Formats: sequence, structure tokens, C-alpha cells
Amino acid sequence: MMETEQLIRTLAADNPFQARPVGLVLVLALLAAAPVSLAIFFAGLGVRPDVMTAMHNPFFDLKFAVTLALAIAAIAISLHLSRPEASLQRWGWLLLIPAGLLVAGISGEMMLPQRLPMMTRLVGSNSKVCMTAIPLISLPLLAAALLGLRHGAPARPAMAGAIAGLLSAGLAATLYAAHCTDDSPLFVATWYTIATALVTAIGALAGSRVLRY
Amino acid sequence: MREGEDEWTGLMRLAISGDDAAYYRLLKAVTPVLRAAARRGLMRAGQPVDQAEDIVQDILLAVHLKRHTWDADAPFAPWLFAIARNKLIDSLRRRGRRVFVNIDDFAETLPGEPANQGAPANEVAAQLQTLPARQRDVLQSIAVEAASIKDTAAKFSMSEGAVRVALHRGLTSLTARLREQ
Repeated sequence: MMETEQLIRTLAADNPFQARPVGLVLVLALLAAAPVSLAIFFAGLGVRPDVMTAMHNPFFDLKFAVTLALAIAAIAISLHLSRPEASLQRWGWLLLIPAGLLVAGISGEMMLPQRLPMMTRLVGSNSKVCMTAIPLISLPLLAAALLGLRHGAPARPAMAGAIAGLLSAGLAATLYAAHCTDDSPLFVATWYTIATALVTAIGALAGSRVLRY
Repeated sequence: MREGEDEWTGLMRLAISGDDAAYYRLLKAVTPVLRAAARRGLMRAGQPVDQAEDIVQDILLAVHLKRHTWDADAPFAPWLFAIARNKLIDSLRRRGRRVFVNIDDFAETLPGEPANQGAPANEVAAQLQTLPARQRDVLQSIAVEAASIKDTAAKFSMSEGAVRVALHRGLTSLTARLREQ
């Protein structure tokens, strides 16, 4: 027998237990998963050999701006969505930043003379690796992000899971970008996006199961 | 805005700063409001209102375990009602399925019996019985026998810290079991 009055008394007795903020738990979980993703990256891919020259190419650098902007925006949104009364409305626009950077990059590249035709740049030479590596590297991070968000109380579990997918794909793509020799924003907009969409879908599916509170 | 909602916010701030009595008062104050909402929800869904108390307890547990997601600068009521709405919808969904199954069962085996006979027992109490012995003992001591943490520790020859851990773990597993049932 447990009357509501008795339950309330019990909850009050447990009041001294104060849980850690969701943001802290999320960051700790991501830090714990990072070595696993780094190990996958260095074991399977590694940094491209000409990285020192590549760094002088603004389109190489743009890849990191896009993927990091995606990861940071998704972290901010997921923290917001981890609260029960939150909706995407006020924060969703943050996702326009990585998209905008990518569009700016594509238009910038269009205005410059190019050695290779557009389709060649878009198709690139690493599309298969890209679509395999980004999801693989992101999986440990996705698990960590879901674990961190489980500590919260998301009103819409599938949505929060999808954002966790974007977050982990953004971080994974940041690593992958250091390996990939395709620097054209057209390549990034195509293959990185497909890989990210895949991880986002996995996140939404997993989130709808594990993020209920 | 409902009268008293500002008071709730104040009480919750006190609770978070470590005032257990304020927390108790807050939970007492919101319970009738939650109960009325649960009854309304059940009625609208065409389900027996005698299950309202299970929903209220479900909401209270979620409020307790998720209170760190409340932003102390924001009013408390919208946060509370968001949790309550979520739990109510969840419960109706679960119950909807089960009530349907129950009615079928009655139709098969006990023709003529009113379908609402044997309304579900208190769910928290039922799940309490499935907890590990130590957690169950501590919860029962504090909830049912109204013993303090200190008295409970003495009774089971545990440290007060161990009682607190068992209490919190017990509430966490109770909530997980209610969700998965």
C-alpha cells in the first residue's frame, strides 16, 4: 500500500539528492566516447598526408567550419530540448548556420575558376568512404549523446534523438574532414549530408525508444 | 495565471536550495491540481476515473526525478504541467491498451461480470514489491512507517548514507519499472 501522501513524504526525504545538470552529464558522456571515435578514425583512416598544404586551402578549412557549426548548434538545441516544456521553435534556426556556411561555400566556389568540372567535384573520389566512415565514427558519440539526454526530460523523444544524431554526425564529420581529400563544398553538401541524414534517422529511431521519461 | 503558482515557484527554489519541508509543501500543494487534471484526462478518454491516483503518483515521481531540468529563473507551473501532460498521455496510451485487453479477458472467462471490477491495484505499490529487498525495505520504512532516514538506518543497521542511496535508487528503479510495465 502506498498512499500519495506517503509517496510525497518519501520524495521529500530524497530531496537532498540533487542530480547533475543535463549539460554536464552530456559533456562527460561525449568526452568518454570521444576516445572510441578517435580510435576508429586513426585505425581506419588517419589524417590525410598533405594536411599542412591543405590547411591553406579555404575550402578545406570550410569543411571544419560547417561540421563544427553543426555540432555546436546541435549541442545547444539538444540541451534546450532536454527540458519538458521546450519546443524546437526558438532554437531550430541555429541549424541554418551550418547550412548557410555551406551555401556560401558553394557560391564562392562557383565564382572561382576550377580545374575540374562540377559533377567531378560533386562525385569526388571518397563518397563511399565518407558515407561509411561518418556513421561509424558517430555511433559511439550518438550512444553517449543519448545517454546524456536520457538524464533530461525531452518532451519529444524522437526529435531529441534526431538532434543527438546531428550532434554526433557533426563531430564525426569534423574528424572525417581531416582525412578526406575532397574539399569541394559540393562534395560536402552531397555526401556529408547523406551520411548525416542516416545518423539523424538512427538517432530519431533510438531516441523514440530510449528518451522517454 | 492560477493563484498560488508564484508560490510554487518560490517553494521550488527553496526546495532546490535544500529546504526539504518546502519541497514537501510544494508537492502537497500541486497534488490536488494534478489529481483534477488526471481525472479530466481519464474522463475525456472515456476511462474510469478511479485510476487517477496512479497517474498522480506517476507524475510526482517524474517531477521528483527530473526536477534538475527545471530552470530556476523560469516559473514552475509551465514546467510542471509539461511533465504532467506528458505522463498523462503516456498513461492513457498504456491503459488504453490494457483496458482493452482486460475487457476481452472478461468477455472470454467471466460473462456477465462488470468489466470494471478489480480495477488495477495501486501501481507504485505493486512495483514496490518487485524491487530488490534492500531498496524495498528502505522505501517501505520511510513511506509506510514514516520513519526518518536516521531511524531507518538504525533499524536495518545501515549507514545513513547507504539509506539515502537505497532510497534514491529505489525511487529510480520504481519509475523505470512503471515506465516499462
